[in-house]
Amino acid sequence: MSTRLSKLGRLIDRTKQVSFSFNGTTMRGFAGDTLASALLANDQMMMGRSFKYHRPRGVVASGAEEPNALVGLGEGSRFEPNQRATTTELFEGLSAKSQNHWPNLDFDIGAVNTAFARFLPAGFYYKMFIHPQPFWKHVYEPFIRKSAGLGKAPDAETRDADTYEHFYAFTDVLIIGGGVAGLQAAKAAALTGVKVLLVEQTAHWGGRAPVDGGTIDEGPVDKFVEQIVSELETMDNVTMRLRCMGAGIYDHGYALAYERLTDHAPQVAGPRHRLWRIRAKQIVTATGAIERPLSFAGNDVPGVMLASAMRDYVVNWGVTPGERVVVATNNDDAYRTAITLKNAGVDVLRILDARASGGGALADEVRALGIRVDPGKAIAKVSGGKRVKKVSICNQEGIGGARDEVSCDAVAMSGGWSPVVHLWSHCGGKLIWDDAQAHFRPDPDRPPLGADGAGFVSVAGAANGALALGETLSDANAAGLAAAKAAGGKAKRPKAPLGESAAELPMEPVWLMPANADTPLRVKSWLDFQNDVKVSDVQLAAREGYESVEHTKRYTTLGMATDQGKLSNINGLAILADALNAEIPQVGTTTFRPPYTPISMGAIGGEARGEVFQPIRRTPLHDWHDRNGADWEPVGHWRRPYAYQLPGESVEAAVNREVKNTRENLGLLDASTLGKLIVKGPDAGRFLDMMYTNMMSTLKPGKCRYGLMCSENGFLIDDGVVARIDEDTWLCHTTTGGAERIHAHMEEWLQTEWWDWKVYVANVTEQYAQVAVVGPNARKVLEKLGGMDVSKEALPFMEWRDGQIGGFDCRAYRISFSGELSYEIAVAASRGQAFWDALTEAGKEFGVMPYGTECLHILRAEKGFIMIGDETDGTVIPQDLGLHWALSKKKEDYLGKRAQQRSHMADPDRWKLVGLETVDGSVLPDGAYAVGEGTNANGQRNMIGRVTSTYYSANLDRGIAMGLVKHGPDRMGEVIEIPGTDGKSYKAKIVDPVFFDKDGEKQNV
Amino acid sequence: MLILHCPCCGVDAEETELHAGGEAHIKRFGPGSDDDQFHDYLFMRENPKGVHFERWQHANGCGKWFHAARCTATLEVFGTYRAQTTEPPKDIRDAITAKRPGWVWREFS
Ligand SMILES: [Zn+2]
Repeated sequence: MSTRLSKLGRLIDRTKQVSFSFNGTTMRGFAGDTLASALLANDQMMMGRSFKYHRPRGVVASGAEEPNALVGLGEGSRFEPNQRATTTELFEGLSAKSQNHWPNLDFDIGAVNTAFARFLPAGFYYKMFIHPQPFWKHVYEPFIRKSAGLGKAPDAETRDADTYEHFYAFTDVLIIGGGVAGLQAAKAAALTGVKVLLVEQTAHWGGRAPVDGGTIDEGPVDKFVEQIVSELETMDNVTMRLRCMGAGIYDHGYALAYERLTDHAPQVAGPRHRLWRIRAKQIVTATGAIERPLSFAGNDVPGVMLASAMRDYVVNWGVTPGERVVVATNNDDAYRTAITLKNAGVDVLRILDARASGGGALADEVRALGIRVDPGKAIAKVSGGKRVKKVSICNQEGIGGARDEVSCDAVAMSGGWSPVVHLWSHCGGKLIWDDAQAHFRPDPDRPPLGADGAGFVSVAGAANGALALGETLSDANAAGLAAAKAAGGKAKRPKAPLGESAAELPMEPVWLMPANADTPLRVKSWLDFQNDVKVSDVQLAAREGYESVEHTKRYTTLGMATDQGKLSNINGLAILADALNAEIPQVGTTTFRPPYTPISMGAIGGEARGEVFQPIRRTPLHDWHDRNGADWEPVGHWRRPYAYQLPGESVEAAVNREVKNTRENLGLLDASTLGKLIVKGPDAGRFLDMMYTNMMSTLKPGKCRYGLMCSENGFLIDDGVVARIDEDTWLCHTTTGGAERIHAHMEEWLQTEWWDWKVYVANVTEQYAQVAVVGPNARKVLEKLGGMDVSKEALPFMEWRDGQIGGFDCRAYRISFSGELSYEIAVAASRGQAFWDALTEAGKEFGVMPYGTECLHILRAEKGFIMIGDETDGTVIPQDLGLHWALSKKKEDYLGKRAQQRSHMADPDRWKLVGLETVDGSVLPDGAYAVGEGTNANGQRNMIGRVTSTYYSANLDRGIAMGLVKHGPDRMGEVIEIPGTDGKSYKAKIVDPVFFDKDGEKQNV
Repeated sequence: MLILHCPCCGVDAEETELHAGGEAHIKRFGPGSDDDQFHDYLFMRENPKGVHFERWQHANGCGKWFHAARCTATLEVFGTYRAQTTEPPKDIRDAITAKRPGWVWREFS
């Protein structure tokens, strides 16, 4: 069993008991425990089940690389799945649930998958996709759906109760990793005077060196750590953060760090996570190394653990994962685990050293402690279901026969160490294969490059392959100094402290144990513990022709689990290389992508949620609308009233009332959101002739013209009324959503193509409040307010005048988007509310009512006016919409003119705008497609058009619609079929798109 | 997350302040051009692994467009310059040649 020892535990405080729950059972641990160490102390070795076969899984590591011990943490609005027990600090009241099982961890129905393991080999999903659809749908999909997904997603209805923030930081040198290497690198850098930021992902400085032993400057490692930390803390140019993981390194010295502020102390106020957005001149990754598992049959049975992790649990938390332990290794380092266990009073039954020559000085020390060492031996198989029961022993060189057996309850394994090269690799740092240590490490000659073409990332300590304590410290000292110099630090030569540790003999790579394991053993030798990828799966992929490591990864899912292959990727690569008869460096690695370990979505979002996710733009009349029943609709970043509901009135009824009232009496529309761009200068006319398809340079001051804008591709991008203000000034109205976009479009052409033209563009959209006064009584209300002459003669259609109305300085445009007598009147934004109030008051006797965007849409559709974004979608040209009249034939050039001459644009088969009238008067579904004769190559009905705008018109008491239809204008009167997604098929007659007042008599008054 | 120097306002701007505008120094073809010329103008772009000229706008800054000469493979920036030119200025070309001897692009070498 796993249990708490009576001594050891450098990180726990035995005077402070902490209670927590696991799967509803209350357990106890100590302050300083991780969830994993506390579970082990409670003899809870099994912590989850694997993804594919639902096999029992115990904790295998002690840090961020843990693939198995994933739990759902917290409850309700604070529930979070897939949290690693090894990096979760214990706190009072912590509640954890294990994952991937039903009905419970101990007894799981899904575990029958194991029995079907031979039917679920590498590429299972891909292979199944080739089967006929019904088979897939009825046999496999239900099964896969049920077992898909790792952990439970939080309830969709809950909202994360915590807050998060972003933090911007600038530094000369960023050091990622606060082990002895990171600390020494920080000191070496800081002594030169540069600004240093040091981040460490765990809650403690010093990394794993204090566990591994040895001495620094002839004293214990813990003492060194304490001293250097207090030294760094006194330096003004050093910032240090614990629980802060270097998550990713990006272009030009950009780095992200993920600080967990309250995960360990939920009662503390403030943000839960902080995302550091860092710009550093130089970055040093001191990210250490991760031990590799060994691939032997049954290496996934709970109780089999990394040798270093076992050592961590004993030394750091005073917990032993077992009482009778077998150690399997290919290197000297694992002997440290045997010594640690023995000194803690745990039985170490056997050390199986795959090397024929056995170990060095540490092996001698082990033998002196009375532990049996078997050189050249290997684990043939570990037996046990939910817990290790027995180890079968064989020769490493062989297929796994000639067995000797030892019964035990835990196995410590060590396959050597892999430097954590992730952060080095994120931004393009390249790796080299180190034959002696059988691992990839950063190639110092090929670092990630900055803007100046020089490297901006370097590596320190074990992350650089400098594994022995002495090398680690001298390497880190040099790396810190070099980074500081590159960041502009003054040359200093701090002396590296002297690290001493036991001399070690070289490791020997062991990719499979035993070396020639037979098939029954290989199908039980796990590479990826979480995703259930075995040695046999990778070999099968190779036999099926997979050569690229990236393809093999996706085919087998090796390294695609939440640990992203931190433990076993190298083992998998080696198996693949062997199967392909290639060298490991030739096969290469998969791509390392940020973040190093998962970071919360909350941290990525930071403060940008709820109301501050995106600022809302409000017109000067916004509050009035809000008080008067506005049903809001988002339009661009604006909010516009869709309709104004009277008490007890439905939105639909409100729209119909507004539609009728505006045509019969008087409607007011807040048109302030319309874009208003001033285009001014000696070349402004020439410029607008290029921007618009129409001729704008010939417009006379005082007059307005409706204009179309196309992209250079020929497609319609915006429309609006242009007014010429004076000789060299035009005011261009854009769509509500288009002001910023069209302003940028104009600037782009002015700055990058016609930079010698003398034109200024200014966006004055928000300087004005603009009110559309619409309906048969429009002139009456303006005349009642008094001021400028708004008669037919003094202010004809498509003209504008400056003047006063009701005492307000204003500019009145006689323009109409409704077909009614209509004035759009602009006043200073600050006068908008007062002017609106005056209109509302004066309009009472004329039946004034405000109307919203839906009424606006219906009125324009009744008149067959197009709307950018409805009739256009980025693939529509003016010719499609019958707008030839707005395309100047006199101009040699305008944006889009040449494109509109291309063969496809001139194709007579293009869908063209028509009106659509349902035979029964019903309303067509929006966006529905019209079907024609015959079928296409896929056996689907040919499509001949689509609905672009569709409404119920209260004025006509029927559905009206516009659509784009193949040969539409030539098919007037024809009835076409339009199936809806509601199962009904609609019949609509092709008609003229102008449904109401075809002769324009209502606005010509 | 590149950092580019805006030659208009002098700010070293982070990518979040910038708007990318694709390849620089593309000659506009309008009415009167033949189909191939116009097609190439609209759609055909260099896609080099190495030296490249790009249009950028200091969108969340001074608003001005400028050009950047950089290496698409290494993210090295050779220089930025004003957009009001039809070809990279000599100092930029010299800076590229210093870092990438023998480099040739179109008529510039
Ligand atoms: Zn700028």
